[in-house]
Amino acid sequence: MKLDLDLTVDILTNFIKDETEKIGLKNVVLGLSGGIDSALSAALAAKALGGNRVYAYCMPYKLSSDESLKDAMKVAETFRLNFDVIEITPMTDPYFEMMPDIDKLRMGNVMARQRMICLFDMSAKVAGLVLGTSNKTELLLGYGTWYGDLASALNPIGDLYKTQVWELSEYLGIPQSVVDKAPTADLWVGQTDEQELGFTYRQADDLLYAMVDERRRTPELIEMGFDEELVKKVAEKVRRNQFKRNTTVIAKVSQRTIGRDFRYCRDWGY
Amino acid sequence: MDFLIEEIMKVHLAQIKPILGNLEKNAENHFKIIEQAVEEGCDLVVFPELSLTGYYLLDLVYDVAMDETHPVYQKFLEYSNDIAIVFGFVYESKEKLFYNAASFVHRGKTVHLHKKVYLPDYTLFEEGRYFASGNSIEAFDTEFGKCGILVCEDVFHLSSLYILSQSGAQNIIIPSNSPARGNLEQGHDASNTWQTSNRYIASVLTVNLVFVNRVGVEDGVSFWGGSEAYDAKGRRLAAAEMFKETGLTVDVDQDSVRRARIETPFLRDEKSFLVRDFLNDDGGRK
Repeated sequence: MKLDLDLTVDILTNFIKDETEKIGLKNVVLGLSGGIDSALSAALAAKALGGNRVYAYCMPYKLSSDESLKDAMKVAETFRLNFDVIEITPMTDPYFEMMPDIDKLRMGNVMARQRMICLFDMSAKVAGLVLGTSNKTELLLGYGTWYGDLASALNPIGDLYKTQVWELSEYLGIPQSVVDKAPTADLWVGQTDEQELGFTYRQADDLLYAMVDERRRTPELIEMGFDEELVKKVAEKVRRNQFKRNTTVIAKVSQRTIGRDFRYCRDWGY
Repeated sequence: MDFLIEEIMKVHLAQIKPILGNLEKNAENHFKIIEQAVEEGCDLVVFPELSLTGYYLLDLVYDVAMDETHPVYQKFLEYSNDIAIVFGFVYESKEKLFYNAASFVHRGKTVHLHKKVYLPDYTLFEEGRYFASGNSIEAFDTEFGKCGILVCEDVFHLSSLYILSQSGAQNIIIPSNSPARGNLEQGHDASNTWQTSNRYIASVLTVNLVFVNRVGVEDGVSFWGGSEAYDAKGRRLAAAEMFKETGLTVDVDQDSVRRARIETPFLRDEKSFLVRDFLNDDGGRK
């Protein structure tokens, strides 16, 4: 699980620069929540391109904590990013008013998708690619909104577990308050990821590393000392959320179907 | 052989970043590098695997495929009057089969065309889906002594190494497209394996070895570069930086093979009848 930090930074900065510039763009755009994942994506982008080519937006809802905004600003200052605040309340509240039966989960998803709308609009405004901020733990557990925060053009941290995100963030000098605070989606007051998931990220990461990276099967994992209930719960989350990691399922009719036997890289011709 | 073997072979390792599926633009870049290498007085310039096309071709395989009559190939033959060149491309055979191939061209002719034999088709690789596999590994005569080409994965099979060694190869040229992965506390799996393997091959086969790996990123996969050359004692002569588009010129001394084979005569002492008997009897994986 431990990383060669220098090498990882080399790979990830090179990735951001290469995949952005090869298609003829200079800038990247990302949402800065005040949390560690977006801070790390931002730090890597600033290292790859220079802070003046990174456009970061904090997009609070009226219930978002002030701490989040302060931390986002701290990150933007540290890495000299272009920074702006786009308040989403005036966009989402009219919709919430139209849906009196809306629950917390639906509201959270609507907010995540509203932020996506803003980011992709900024992407068109500054001619920048939208940078993803979902880590490997979240992607595997499906802890994110489909076409919301999961939507991006490039994701530099999608192959790093949360534990590795922490390690790399300290190494890159991300403000300590951002590294230390409890991870939260900040969708309602007092929410934390670990409380909602029912296990800690460190627990999940040790298990996912053995399950995914080392391809160990359930009996082996239990023998290694992982709690059987946790193994089953996590394995089921990974399975159930596969749809979020795939593109749309297309019904096959022709000889050549997009994605199935019409296969090209995104980097086709670049 | 009817020509004199040159003692020192000046080799340029072209650690390039091909454009995925753009044969013409990649060719231009090759020609620029070849011209520079000629100016530098190089004898040989080596490009990575699939250097003319890029790696993750998928359905582009059929668009970028060519044979020796293709204008781009002809241009390479023209350039080869001044310098020997090893380059990678998709070869379309008369039978309309598509190969991951590398050619050694010199003096206006194809000296050898190697079709990759061992196509990786696992984890992040799917070469077996798109390419036909070559079915021979041969050493060939050049002005720099006997050479062998192994494309990337070919190297990790003892049969390739054994045949080249027993056929008298003195220089092994390895065009490669190795992706960085398996990041560890120190380095990553891919470079660790390659560097260990390159040093092992050079010292145990007592051959000069030239490994040229590409750089650049394709759909999130980074190729790590780190091209390097060894003498026949397994000493690393030079290495290019990782992840950086660059070139490296190195003098490969043919006499290092002679010295190594006096000090460590592994080739002389090899008992190939053991292999023959083993395979003739009940040995080998069926």
